[in-house]
Amino acid sequence: MKDLILDYVKDEYLDEDDLEDMDLDENTPLISSGIVDSFSMVSLKRFLEKKFSISLPDEDATPEAFDTVNKIIEVVNKHKAG
Amino acid sequence: MNHPFDYDALRRETSWDLARQELDCPAGSPVNIGRICIDRHVDAGRGDKTALIHEDHAGQLREFSFRDIKELSGGWAAFLREQGVVELDRVCLFLERGPELYISFIGILKLGAVVQPLFSAFGEEALFQRIDDSQAKVVITQRKHVGKVRKMRERVPSLETVIVIDHLPGKRPLREGEVAYEMMSSRVGDFVPQETADESPSVLHYTSGTTGKPKGALHVHSSLFAQYLTTKMVLDLKDDDIYWCTADPGWVTGTSYGIIGPWAMGITQVVLDAGFSSKRWYATMARHKITVWYTAPTAIRMLMKDGAALAREHDLSALRHMCSVGEPLNAEGVLWGREAFGLDFHDTFWQTETGAMMITNLPGMTVKPGSMGRPFPAVRAGVIDPVSGEELTDPNTVGMIAIRPPWPSIMRTYWNNTPTFYSKFLRGWYVCGDQASIDEDGYFWFCGRDDDVINTGGHLVGPFEIESALLEHEAVAESAAIGKPDELNMEVVKAFVALKPGFVGDDDLELSIMNFIRKKLSPLAMPQEIEFVDKLPKTRSGKIMRRLLKAQESGEEIGDTSGLEDD
Repeated sequence: MKDLILDYVKDEYLDEDDLEDMDLDENTPLISSGIVDSFSMVSLKRFLEKKFSISLPDEDATPEAFDTVNKIIEVVNKHKAG
Repeated sequence: MNHPFDYDALRRETSWDLARQELDCPAGSPVNIGRICIDRHVDAGRGDKTALIHEDHAGQLREFSFRDIKELSGGWAAFLREQGVVELDRVCLFLERGPELYISFIGILKLGAVVQPLFSAFGEEALFQRIDDSQAKVVITQRKHVGKVRKMRERVPSLETVIVIDHLPGKRPLREGEVAYEMMSSRVGDFVPQETADESPSVLHYTSGTTGKPKGALHVHSSLFAQYLTTKMVLDLKDDDIYWCTADPGWVTGTSYGIIGPWAMGITQVVLDAGFSSKRWYATMARHKITVWYTAPTAIRMLMKDGAALAREHDLSALRHMCSVGEPLNAEGVLWGREAFGLDFHDTFWQTETGAMMITNLPGMTVKPGSMGRPFPAVRAGVIDPVSGEELTDPNTVGMIAIRPPWPSIMRTYWNNTPTFYSKFLRGWYVCGDQASIDEDGYFWFCGRDDDVINTGGHLVGPFEIESALLEHEAVAESAAIGKPDELNMEVVKAFVALKPGFVGDDDLELSIMNFIRKKLSPLAMPQEIEFVDKLPKTRSGKIMRRLLKAQESGEEIGDTSGLEDD
């Protein structure tokens, strides 16, 4: 799951020049660093819902909950288990 | 002794000339925003005062005094001159909120060139449209965004030089026509600002309309007088304030009140260059002891979602005044502000085209939650009939918000689009495009826009721009974009899409279209929802009836459909 989400973030939100400058990993801040903005969170949420066949309520799809890939995995697991 | 608030007395006493007097700029003397905002304070012995406190997403701070900014902006002006930039050339800023954005803005104006700020999240097509229109000679950007500039560069022959502020030796080399510039090692303390006049062009801000391409509202150096006086009287800034304007300078609030107004007054301001989170915002306010805060309804509603208790966990005792802009602040936002901060949010209404606040809630004035306030004391505003242009003077009658020119910061034209500029005026009024009524006490109450422009998160997005981009997606046959009511952002973009044969409207395609628009235009323009339809409602002449789609989304009466295309 980690690699799938990391690859999606790299493909959709970063370009080659960004990737040359940073080592994106599961603890890299996404929202607070501006890699993903609040409007773009909607497409990230859609991706997660589609890929993992879950439904994420808005109250769980917050900037804090989406701030790193590790935090996103926690949210996804919570809803997969539910 | 405190005097009771007397609006009528303020109207009698307030004129734009007050700003000229206080800034020591008699009519006919040179007016240069860069000099007045920065160099003037250094010359007056206030050079050591902190002008900018910059906090990045990791919490690192950088501070700049007015002297620092004088020298660094002088460095920018000298470097741009070396690059061949002369008076009236357009220089585009395509930067995130680093110190370079704020300081190069001042440097460009000192040189007498025209600064064109663009939101750094714009995609290549949005960037192309705005630079192609302005015919900018130079773009100042950073590594993170230079790729988007490269993708459109060949289509804009006017673009001679791309300046990259954070190029590092050993990293991927710059290309032909790209130069590196390191601001901190380039101080020029004796750069003499151009002696620009009242009507010399200064800032070119692009805004969206219902039809056609984005329009560049051209402002002039004397706009400063309106920005200064409204900053002083509405934001109520005093010499020892620590001020935070949360707007990005890619938009007009971020320049008029995130650079020009506060620095014309010599105020210390904070910039937070980080994504939104309630905790982070409160922590920043507490850390810097913010006293005056200018923010937007969308942000206020995001803070509301996390509750007033979170605000009270932080020491925000320094905060004494709060204002809001971007779209009318609903009554719930004002009431919540009282609960969370013990203060009123003071709503302000204005536009890219007006350059400065027009309808305001002044300090000391009774705030009616949900109202836009009353005209700034030097402004004559009313509501008018959209056809005849007659002023509607009966209380509580809905009409178009209109402002009586002139005022110092009114746009002087739309760049390359004079006919549209003139179309904004009716019987001597500038017509804003928003509808409102005025109550018995003279307070304005917002009713809605009079066109199809989408106001999302306080930013205007043109449906035509989105629809044109949608058509470039391989699956899209035709489309319509509307503003769908949204609790947080007032509106979000919703797209109705009819597909080409062979394509299926499923989740994969929806996500593909969303990301396509996000990258091509901007995250703001990305449809937050896509509805696949067989066909779109059109008039008999073939024009898509967005009004009908919008009414359907809002659950309103659909109204007259006699012009609909027959099945």
